[in-house]
Amino acid sequence: MKEIINLPVRSIEEEEYHINMGPQHPSTHGVLRLVVTLQGETVMKVQPHCGYIHRGIEKMCEKDTYQQIIHLTDRMDYLSAHINNHAVCLLVEGALEVEVPERVKYIRTIVDELNRIASHQLWWCSFGMDLGGLTCFFYGLRDREHILDIFEESFGSRLLHSYYAPGGLMQDIHPNFQKRTKDFIKYFRKKIKDYDNILSGNVIFENRSQGIGVMSKEEAINYGVCGPSGRASGWECDIRKKYPYAMYDKVDFREVLSDKGDTYARYMVRIDEMRESMKIIEQLIDNIPEGDYSVKMKPIIKLPPGEYYQRVESARGELGIYCISDGNKTPVRMKFRTPSFVNLGVLDKLSRNMKIADLVAIGASLDLVIPDIDR
Amino acid sequence: MNSFYTYFADIFRGLKSLLIGMSVTGRYFFSPGQIVTQQYPENRKTLKMFDRFKGDLMMPHDTNNQHRCTGCGICETNCPNGSIEVISDRIELPDGKKKRIIDKHIYHLSMCTFCNLCVKTCPSDALAWDQTFEHAVFDRSKLTKILNKPGSSIIKDIE
Repeated sequence: MKEIINLPVRSIEEEEYHINMGPQHPSTHGVLRLVVTLQGETVMKVQPHCGYIHRGIEKMCEKDTYQQIIHLTDRMDYLSAHINNHAVCLLVEGALEVEVPERVKYIRTIVDELNRIASHQLWWCSFGMDLGGLTCFFYGLRDREHILDIFEESFGSRLLHSYYAPGGLMQDIHPNFQKRTKDFIKYFRKKIKDYDNILSGNVIFENRSQGIGVMSKEEAINYGVCGPSGRASGWECDIRKKYPYAMYDKVDFREVLSDKGDTYARYMVRIDEMRESMKIIEQLIDNIPEGDYSVKMKPIIKLPPGEYYQRVESARGELGIYCISDGNKTPVRMKFRTPSFVNLGVLDKLSRNMKIADLVAIGASLDLVIPDIDR
Repeated sequence: MNSFYTYFADIFRGLKSLLIGMSVTGRYFFSPGQIVTQQYPENRKTLKMFDRFKGDLMMPHDTNNQHRCTGCGICETNCPNGSIEVISDRIELPDGKKKRIIDKHIYHLSMCTFCNLCVKTCPSDALAWDQTFEHAVFDRSKLTKILNKPGSSIIKDIE
């Protein structure tokens, strides 16, 4: 007769659980899979698994001409599509040493900032919804609709525009563009006070976000966390100030910084950035100079052989494009340094020893866009 | 004693912040001002899209059933996804010259990403955007369209 093997008896409290959060989970904002190691309700470790929406945009760029690449970059960070297009246009114009007209620079800056406001509005509504405030979702989308109407009237589409082209713009702005934009600024200055009343001062929201996921300045620099998330830790990383492009060196705006570094600070930085963006638009919208909306480019653009790097400040942080050209009409290699991918790396560090409800708050405050992570 | 005060101060501060938030929602509940939602399927008769809205690619024909497309195929080469196919013929004119005329201009709506490159690069302005947006069909083959109408010809002075 065999002896019964004595297995070590472990109580259920000591065991760790590995739980999938995602890929189909509403608070991961897309198909992001987080394998969360839990002890009770405490998060011990977070392992992000990417690749569920990988489309191979970098590889697809190698068969496309530079005009065709524009419409692919829309699909990376779809909430700041104009800013992604801007990066490719600046790369091509910089490599060919083309000087675009003043009118183009003005329009690009205004449209970029409108896009940034629209992106932060959607972030605000989804952040509120993740923490249990469903009212925010309706109010944020209601205000975002005004910007989408401006985009639809001028550029013909609401989300994926591909409006910029190397050397200028696809078409001139609609005659109603300036009036509608000014109306929107007037409207949104009133509505942003509601944002503060509903969410910023709410005691439940403050308790859920203050002191949660604290990131120091050193950590932000070490992990390369850029954009509003990095600026909430006191790191001055705004590309618009450091390496100005378009009209950003001529307009007056403040780089919003905070030294707390917690979820609430990341929230307040984005709310203040919306105000700064409105300030930039107000300075430019009345003085758009007359002129051409595009310079004449060759039908087939060939960059001189070499390596190029261009960075812009997207709504989530620094977007960098690294391009190698061998003189043909298509690039040999395109590499996108997308902000969401880099910001995802710090999620594990921030959410250790927090509760699983705090993981939702931290993930939402980093403002991840999943197609931007996977490309 | 001090913790007693902070306990009640926290409660009243929390209540005040909740009331401020409720006042916003209450204001919109009783005086919505302007109703922003659209009753979509009911308002189809009056719904008008913006002029530049990119809904569906089309080839404008005039009253004599004539279009401007020369069949050069620039739209086909510029399309990033291969959603345009131009099939053209060469005919011999009475004076001995050869001329290319368009046979079929095929457009696959299912592959189109609405990047506007075909409309922008067309040298004879033969393509334009339609403002339709109800693209849902039961059969995928209905999304492949032939843009030039049957029996149409090219306007004379287009080269």
